[in-house]
Amino acid sequence: MAQENSEIRYLNPPAVELRKKKYCRFKKAGIKYVDYKDAEFLKKFLNEQGKILPRRLTGTSLKFQRKVAQAVKRARSLALLPYVTDLLK
Amino acid sequence: MLKQYETVFIATPVLSEAQMKEAVEKYTRLIVDNGGEVVYQEDWGLRQLAYPIEHKTTGFYYLIEFKATPEFVSTLETQYHRDERIIRFLTVALDKDAVAYAEKRRAGKAAKAAAPVVEAPAAEEAPAAEEEEIESNE
Repeated sequence: MAQENSEIRYLNPPAVELRKKKYCRFKKAGIKYVDYKDAEFLKKFLNEQGKILPRRLTGTSLKFQRKVAQAVKRARSLALLPYVTDLLK
Repeated sequence: MLKQYETVFIATPVLSEAQMKEAVEKYTRLIVDNGGEVVYQEDWGLRQLAYPIEHKTTGFYYLIEFKATPEFVSTLETQYHRDERIIRFLTVALDKDAVAYAEKRRAGKAAKAAAPVVEAPAAEEAPAAEEEEIESNE
């Protein structure tokens, strides 16, 4: 029976989604410091309500996720980024 | 032992240019008088705030990078607190990566200032290949 299973032939190759591997953009680009003054850059890590996106979506490594979070919070306190909003971007 | 810091403050938008200059002067002097040294300063001008602070929607941003003793930071922040012109401030200690970044950022700004934006060659107008379709009405 087991052999029969392996004998199954597909007419079309089964559609397997090849998901692109996520990577940490800071490690890849060799960025060492996340600047809180660059609000436009930080917006890449926020959703439309201005919340910080989780690592599982952005692929950022833990080390830089901490730095991003710190930078976003600093930018918020300087009113460079909003605390809460709708339709950021 | 001096440590490098960076401070950004937001002043009320009601200040005149002279008043703003005076405020900046006050803080740079405060830094120097306390045995510190101003490394760099940058005027961001009047900016829109992301949310209202003290019922104001705009403010003058000013950035100062300086070296000072760690004890000085609390002195500076007390002065900020007492100053009614300052509506928000943030002082951050710079680690070695941050210092490197700040230097690079400064160099970038200086280069930009030295070579005023090279005007991009006016985008060539797409050659209007007007192919008039000759419709043969038949």
